[in-house]
Amino acid sequence: MNEAIRFIVDVASLGSLYALMALGLVLVYGILRLVNFAYGELIMIAGYTLYLLSGSPLPWLVMAACAVVAALAASVLTERVAFRPVREKSLTAMLITSFAVSTLFQNAALLFISPRARLVPLPDLFSESIVIGGMLFFVRELLAIVVSISMLVLFTALLNRTVLGIALRAAADNFRMTRMLGVPANLVIGVAFAISGFLAGIVALFWLGRTASVMPGIGLEPLIVAFVATVLGGMQSLVGAVVGGYVLALMTVGINTFLPQALVDYRQAFTFSLVILILLFRPEGLVRGK
Amino acid sequence: MLELKDVHAQYGAIVALRGVSIHVAEGDLVGLLGANGAGKTTTLLTIAGVIKPSRGEITFRGVSLAGLPPEMIVRKGIAMVPEGREIFPTLTVQQNLRLGAFIRRNRVEYRHDLEEMGELFPILGERMHQSAGTLSGGEQQQLAIARALMSRPRLLILDEPSLGLAPRLVDQVFRLIARLRREGMTILLVEQNVIQTLRIVDRAYLISMGQVEMSGTPEELKRHVDMESVYLGATVAARGGGQGRGAP
Ligand SMILES: Nc1ncnc2c1ncn2[C@@H]1O[C@H](COP(=O)(O)OP(=O)(O)O)[C@@H](O)[C@H]1O
Ligand SMILES: [Mg+2]
Repeated sequence: MNEAIRFIVDVASLGSLYALMALGLVLVYGILRLVNFAYGELIMIAGYTLYLLSGSPLPWLVMAACAVVAALAASVLTERVAFRPVREKSLTAMLITSFAVSTLFQNAALLFISPRARLVPLPDLFSESIVIGGMLFFVRELLAIVVSISMLVLFTALLNRTVLGIALRAAADNFRMTRMLGVPANLVIGVAFAISGFLAGIVALFWLGRTASVMPGIGLEPLIVAFVATVLGGMQSLVGAVVGGYVLALMTVGINTFLPQALVDYRQAFTFSLVILILLFRPEGLVRGK
Repeated sequence: MLELKDVHAQYGAIVALRGVSIHVAEGDLVGLLGANGAGKTTTLLTIAGVIKPSRGEITFRGVSLAGLPPEMIVRKGIAMVPEGREIFPTLTVQQNLRLGAFIRRNRVEYRHDLEEMGELFPILGERMHQSAGTLSGGEQQQLAIARALMSRPRLLILDEPSLGLAPRLVDQVFRLIARLRREGMTILLVEQNVIQTLRIVDRAYLISMGQVEMSGTPEELKRHVDMESVYLGATVAARGGGQGRGAP
């Protein structure tokens, strides 16, 4: 019983983060058909913002807010400066631009900060644990669940209840038609990048919380996680991204829990094998777009 | 009201329009006829700002539309019911209509128009909160038209609204278009259904290979011998049957 609860909590906390990451990636993909390879660097930027603020007397929550805003601003800024000029040209041009932006951010971090890992400040709460019903839980894990699910609820309400949210869903489904109804392209794309950056910022707080450090290459793993989750769940649908996030977490935690230790080192291989199988037999992902 | 002068357009190296000139006067219902691949949809997409013409000019109410993106064209008062309807299947009927009214700011007017659409299209009225993907083809077509009307356009453009509908529903769509025309809407109607179209339009253009071959009133066009077999292929030979359509 306790084992089962532990398992569920692990899946829920990891899955909630994965779901948010996947959502941030698929939101932009849905509208522009662009896999934004610079997405992981938004997490890096949030991390370095925390690091740079670490000496300041600000309360941690304010630092965290600054980090989230930095990720959001970086996301919106890259759209303005890098993607918008090549948007009309071709998808390939945008893809290459996103590689370029990713490399640029990483190199800036290497050059101006350090190739080595830097500590980021975290609240004491993150390293504490509590006992509930005789079981020990990390507060950070429970917080990740609560915050992520609140984000998902907020996000769902936004997408269903506001005109802008409805326009965003419509644009993810059929961008050209949405524009023909008068929804400005720059508005929806700008909002999509803003939300994407915001989600990356929130994820960053918990992602960095695991190691309490940031380094230039830190964005790669979250990018891959988000990408795999969206492929699993279905690139065409926002619900799919969330489902994909939880399924990927279920697989990851499942492998860690049930496979013999010798095989756990190969868990990436298992994960990617599953991705290949899904691409082969259900290329549209678990959740169909239409 | 709408004037296309010598409009050329291409997709990469493929030339789709080779000098199309069209005129739609206020209050008119104008037909744009032609076989598959003639360039009808391309003509509409250049008007809608989706495709940039390589030559020629388009003016609406005396103002050039050159260089305007799609989101500005609808603000000038041109609403599009595209080929294949292109409703948003995962959104509800009401959300589809809400987006149709995106360019309008007045909530009271929006509420009023939403109710009006529910009356004009009772099926939509009953299914406001159902997702649009669950509607039948005919209902989706009604939704696409209702969505376009929600912007309160000065000019309504429809691209093959009868395509893929059962004969009874085809009649219904044509009756609706005729009614909108009577109520004062200016309409540009693209169709392959020549017989039914010529019954309701004031004037029509026949386009072929990206050029206007002929234009005039339905009487003038009908007088032209064998017009249908020449331009639209043998499948339209069911003259008077009311359901002839060009080859798919
Ligand atoms: N997206 C496209 N890419 C390349 N060629 C196209 C595209 N759309 C249409 N065409 C070509 O342009 C011509 C006109 O097409 P279209 O305007 O769709 O005709 P219609 O609507 O009259 O059936 C055709 O020869 C068609 O093959
Ligand atoms: Mg067409």
